[in-house]
Amino acid sequence: MITLSKVSKWYPNFQVLNQCSTEVAKGEVVVVCGPSGSGKSTLIKCVNGLEPFQEGTITVAGISLNDPKTDLPKLRARIGMVFQHFELFPHLTVMRNLELAQIKVLGRSRDEAAAKGMRLLERVGLSAHARKYPGELSGGQQQRVAIARALAMDPIAMLFDEPTSALDPEMINEVLDVMVALAKDGMTMMVVTHEMGFARRVAQRVVFMDRGQIVEDAPTAEFFGKPRSERAQVFLSKILQH
Amino acid sequence: MNYNWNWGIFFQTSPDGVHTYLETLLMGTGWTLATALSAWCVALAMGSLIGVIRTTPNPWLVRLGNAYVELFRNIPLLVQMFLWYFVLPELLPTALGDWLKQLPDASFYTAVVSLGFYTSARVAEQVRAGILSLARGQGWAALALGLTPAQAYVYVLLPMAYRVILPPLTSEFLNIIKNSAVALTIGLMELTARARAMQEFSFQVFEAFTAATVIYIVINIVVTFGMRWVERRTAVPGFIGAAPAAAAH
Amino acid sequence: MFADFDFDVIIRSLPYLFYDGMTFTLMLTALATCGGIIFGTLLAMMRLSGLAPLSLLAGGYVNLMRAVPLVLVIFWFYFLVPFIGQWVTGASRPIQVGAFASSLVTFTLFEAAYFAEIMRAGIQSIRRGQVQAAQAVGMTYLQTMGYIVLPQAFRNMLPVLLTQTIVLFQDTSLVYVLSITDFLGAASKVAQRDGRLVEMYLFAALVYFVISFVASLLVRRLQRRVAIIH
Repeated sequence: MITLSKVSKWYPNFQVLNQCSTEVAKGEVVVVCGPSGSGKSTLIKCVNGLEPFQEGTITVAGISLNDPKTDLPKLRARIGMVFQHFELFPHLTVMRNLELAQIKVLGRSRDEAAAKGMRLLERVGLSAHARKYPGELSGGQQQRVAIARALAMDPIAMLFDEPTSALDPEMINEVLDVMVALAKDGMTMMVVTHEMGFARRVAQRVVFMDRGQIVEDAPTAEFFGKPRSERAQVFLSKILQH
Repeated sequence: MNYNWNWGIFFQTSPDGVHTYLETLLMGTGWTLATALSAWCVALAMGSLIGVIRTTPNPWLVRLGNAYVELFRNIPLLVQMFLWYFVLPELLPTALGDWLKQLPDASFYTAVVSLGFYTSARVAEQVRAGILSLARGQGWAALALGLTPAQAYVYVLLPMAYRVILPPLTSEFLNIIKNSAVALTIGLMELTARARAMQEFSFQVFEAFTAATVIYIVINIVVTFGMRWVERRTAVPGFIGAAPAAAAH
Repeated sequence: MFADFDFDVIIRSLPYLFYDGMTFTLMLTALATCGGIIFGTLLAMMRLSGLAPLSLLAGGYVNLMRAVPLVLVIFWFYFLVPFIGQWVTGASRPIQVGAFASSLVTFTLFEAAYFAEIMRAGIQSIRRGQVQAAQAVGMTYLQTMGYIVLPQAFRNMLPVLLTQTIVLFQDTSLVYVLSITDFLGAASKVAQRDGRLVEMYLFAALVYFVISFVASLLVRRLQRRVAIIH
């Protein structure tokens, strides 16, 4: 479904991504982890074209991101993305947040969009908050709405950029539960996260990045049980303390 | 002090034979407000456009926007008005130039265009600042949903940017009202021009200018309170700095 | 369109434009800036003094000046200054003041309101700890302001003050309404005398543009230098 091949990105004075190659098959859940500055956020933003890259190729469902003829907005509409800081639109109610792209991008009618939005809010457990503004919700609630907003576009794959890193500890689980349910329903997911518990529960593979390179790419059990690279071992030992 | 005060002058008929001095001042106020509001429409439209293109990733658009702002900010308003009023008709093809010179209310249209472009440069600065003050993620989130860049600006970035810059925009609106007085140099009979005319014909200098001052102050107060009402109405619940956050944690 | 653009009229009038016109403009700008900043700082201190009558008086003055057009203020002082002169010197009739003196009073008093707001922001941006430290060593209010607060406020707000000066420079063109010969006035007089409106006004616009643009670039460079030091 998602294929990255030798993707490299650099700024004038330093290299962010270095020959990164990996794949996410349909229905697979892949977790991307690594220390700060390893380039994992940048990598995931390359997948839906939010970050341009100089070398390599990325294809999603057969559509290449390098092809100048690719209709980026159309492609992005088929890939869902959830951000670290939720990024709900503060001037719109929760319901309008869910409806906006459905109406403007997919051309659905207001009623269709509202019905879909309501179903998704129920799915994430927030139907009572439809008329509220994002500023009136807690972080965990906002992130669940953000997931619903992405799902409203009926995406073929979902990208998550550190979805729980900005949440207070007591709210992390409510978001992870939604993500686990999503994975169990068969969604193709690429998740940048530090939550190793989540990785162990639902991820098929773990990709470990360090300083712009993919250092290890292994099935979950193997990654946690017998990490091959030394950097991965060091990383795991540090974050599995608690 | 050798000055004869005569506050009754307002009710005496002005030299046009028809209106009292007070009425001429109010007519002038009407022209002031008409000019200011029309110019404000021009300023908002052009200013938003230029402000937006200065935030795009395209370096040529950004340079164009910067050049526009520098041009209109570094020439005094009065000089700009003279250019529009005296110089433009001469530089156009003769037929068009002559038509412009004979346009009835030419000074009004010139004032609106000139004031509009002058202020649009300042509005552009504020719109740009407002957009840049939003978290980068907002733009990303809009694009990630499949909105085109234009849709992202219209539905996500600009609505919030305008709310953020309401206070400086209010200032600019007040400035446009004050700057409309400069148009008296090209013959627009707005409030200050009327006060000056009243002073010249009646010699009641201080009454005339006091009246004009009071009217400007009243306009100022009305606009300030009006904009505060707008700020309250458009405040986004829970957004820092806007409405009081309704705690729902 | 530019077929018969007469460069000669510009060249011929350069001495008049610059010796008569531009010197007036620059002198007025420089002196009104100094006076305006001094008076503006005083107004800012009055507003922040905590003494209600002073605060209200200064606040009222600033709000009044900022609510009315400069053109109106120019007219006001043109008629008012002779009367004030009469009152101050106890003469029997209003004193004749020259165009320059009247303009200087007008611009100093008008721009002071804008400088006052800038200095007020500057003073308020100084950390309370600075004032407390000064008081802790026994400095009086005036010493605190003079040695500690104002120097820092002034330095912090220098770019904004300079930008306001550029605005003042452009505002001086409004003395046109009194037919005073500043730079624009001079250009206008030549334009009307020789029937060369296009050339003179375009030239005037160009000169104002170049001076303001270069000045604003210098201010921006100063801002970057100051930012690094901080």
